[in-house]
Amino acid sequence: MFDYAPAPESRSVVSIAPSYGLFIDGSFVEGKGTFKTINPATEEVLAEVALGGPEDVDRAVAAARRAFQSWSALPGSERAKYLFRIARIIQERSRELAVLESLDNGKPIRESRDVDLPLVAAHFFYYAGWADKLAYAGFGPDPRPLGVAGQVIPWNFPLLMLAWKIAPALAAGNTVVLKPAETTPLSALFFADVCRQAELPQGVVNIVTGAGDTGRYLVEHPDVNKVAFTGSTEVGRQIARSVAGTGKKLTLELGGKAANIVFDDAPIDQAVEGIVNGIFFNQGHVCCAGSRLLVQESIAEELLGSLKRRMSTLRVGDPLDKNTDVGAINSAAQLARITELSEIGDQEGAERWSPECQLPDRGFWFAPTIFTGVTQAHRIAREEIFGPVLSVLTFRTPDEAIEKANNTPYGLSAGIWSDKGSRILAVADQLRAGVVWANTFNKFDPTSPFGGYKESGYGREGGRHGLEAYLA
Amino acid sequence: MSDLRSLLHGLPGVDKVGVEARAAALGTRSVKTSAKAQAIDLAIRMVDLTTLEGADTPGKVRALSAKAVRPDPADPTCPSVAAVCVYPAMVPVAASVLRDTGVHLASVATAFPSGQAPLDVKLADTRDAVAGGADEIDMVISRGAFLAGDYTKVFDEIVAVKEACGDAHLKVILETGELGTYDNVRRASWLAMTAGADFIKTSTGKVPVAATLPVTLIMLEAVRDFRARTGRQVGVKPAGGIRTTKDAVKYLVLINETVGDDWLSPDWFRFGASSLLNDLLMQRTKLTTGHYAGPDYFTLD
Repeated sequence: MFDYAPAPESRSVVSIAPSYGLFIDGSFVEGKGTFKTINPATEEVLAEVALGGPEDVDRAVAAARRAFQSWSALPGSERAKYLFRIARIIQERSRELAVLESLDNGKPIRESRDVDLPLVAAHFFYYAGWADKLAYAGFGPDPRPLGVAGQVIPWNFPLLMLAWKIAPALAAGNTVVLKPAETTPLSALFFADVCRQAELPQGVVNIVTGAGDTGRYLVEHPDVNKVAFTGSTEVGRQIARSVAGTGKKLTLELGGKAANIVFDDAPIDQAVEGIVNGIFFNQGHVCCAGSRLLVQESIAEELLGSLKRRMSTLRVGDPLDKNTDVGAINSAAQLARITELSEIGDQEGAERWSPECQLPDRGFWFAPTIFTGVTQAHRIAREEIFGPVLSVLTFRTPDEAIEKANNTPYGLSAGIWSDKGSRILAVADQLRAGVVWANTFNKFDPTSPFGGYKESGYGREGGRHGLEAYLA
Repeated sequence: MSDLRSLLHGLPGVDKVGVEARAAALGTRSVKTSAKAQAIDLAIRMVDLTTLEGADTPGKVRALSAKAVRPDPADPTCPSVAAVCVYPAMVPVAASVLRDTGVHLASVATAFPSGQAPLDVKLADTRDAVAGGADEIDMVISRGAFLAGDYTKVFDEIVAVKEACGDAHLKVILETGELGTYDNVRRASWLAMTAGADFIKTSTGKVPVAATLPVTLIMLEAVRDFRARTGRQVGVKPAGGIRTTKDAVKYLVLINETVGDDWLSPDWFRFGASSLLNDLLMQRTKLTTGHYAGPDYFTLD
């Protein structure tokens, strides 16, 4: 009865060039080859991007090495000025960058506008504040930068992951070579332009686009002092192997299969919101997504009824429509993986449910989905799906909830829903997860450290702790 | 009545941060063009056009009632509002204008706005208003009794007023600005519905904090859950502080995404407001003509 008319954000605020080079030593240069980046919502080609080969990575690392001398010698208060300037330029250009991010990634504009971009700016502001206070960060009286950081980031939050990597590295006095993900290179290239606008000295930030091989050249490069990677556990393992014994410092932020635990005394309506936000935020392309719902058996039926009703109001479609809640899956490959794991869920006997929703004809789409009747033995309860698919399990007692929550190779995040403060604290104490949210989910803040246990990786990003990875 | 206490205290809690975040998120919905036109007309049809001042006179009430019937004299396609809401003393005046127009006549009663009067006074107040021609009664609960935990007293009062209403619809004002917590809003909603309220209403408009989106969201959840449990549908009326079309549209979005179509009608949702109507009319004219007309093109009553 009350249908919202289409409310598309204007594409004209962003102008994408037909092709982009690599950003090395302060200017755009050609790479070894090229590849195309597409809009996953329409499959339209957005731009052609340079593919960085070994020589390109060499040049970038050499530029970063040259820049390191003077950048690390600057007083912290001077480095802070550049970071504050970058943060302000990002705020000024936030609408443009949000539209760009939604075009290249497929995430709804509501999220790129209200979550990604504000957090990106906040990260630069936060670490700008640390740049002249490193001696008071708790890592000794005179902590030193490491040198050149090789950073490889994923496609789920392209610009935000860039900020998580670059802001602390620069604040601590390092220089960086960053490789954005193959399917989402554009916002990093626009960030290169932000660096030029901020008159950041040449070579302090270098962006080398490419695929897996480019990333491998970078992390294996002998003149890189620090490797930071966010992405899949499989690739993280390869990186750990290649870095072993080299003396490079390494942080890995990998996969997750977070338990979102709902006790029978939870604030139900808000818990339902938290479950939805936990798994359908960013199409479930979130390493800390609440992909396993553990609900107390005594309220399971009622809660699932509420959850299904709520899911029926999710608006799936055009990422640029301001009313879209769930956008496009980032790539054909990711869609294939989600589809495959969901079919395995069917075969293993779990019950699949999705609300009625009209998916666009072109592009990569997957309806929000829940599987009920899932047990710990199901693959969809153990493997990271990285899509809008929720596995629902039940428990009877708090001990059982904790046991099931911890019974996973991962340990990135977890959620607890209860009106009882003492229970929240007691359960949080026993969960082996880097981040535990209580009565909320997927909340991020630059002041708060983020990172995992077990196969979710090691090291922390964000907060004072995030500096440690870039200081010796 | 310990049953009542266990019912109210057995309701799921409300997480303050969560409900406020949800209401704020729904507030970012973008309602434009055809959807906006539809929303504006629906909002006009949901307005309880209100004047509750010591300075109300028969002339003022007659003017307001005429406006309720024909909000935009220049445009016959503009719908009438849902109701006129006045003090009991003004009911006969409004009734003389509203008779056979389809616009309802609501009267506040029960020692509005404080509710601090003996029960027999409240009941007499109610009967007078109904006898004068009101077909909707907006009563206030005793917040003092509610906060003291005397749920039975509040319950019994609502039951008695409901009986005094006869065929008139009963809206129960919770005065959520004085209840202090969202948990109390949910409990008071269930208390009123269980006692027989046809509508639950946020506020009198006479205390500093009136209708808010999170409070209305909780009340919508309450009527939704109450219908699921009992089969009986209850309406919701936010009142006080809703002044712009933008505000009104946010409430419609809240209904749309919390309880859906069944409540998107003046029979089940009302805005208690006075200045809101002119802003709705101004935006309505802007949508049809493409430009804003000055405030003097809309009647002040």
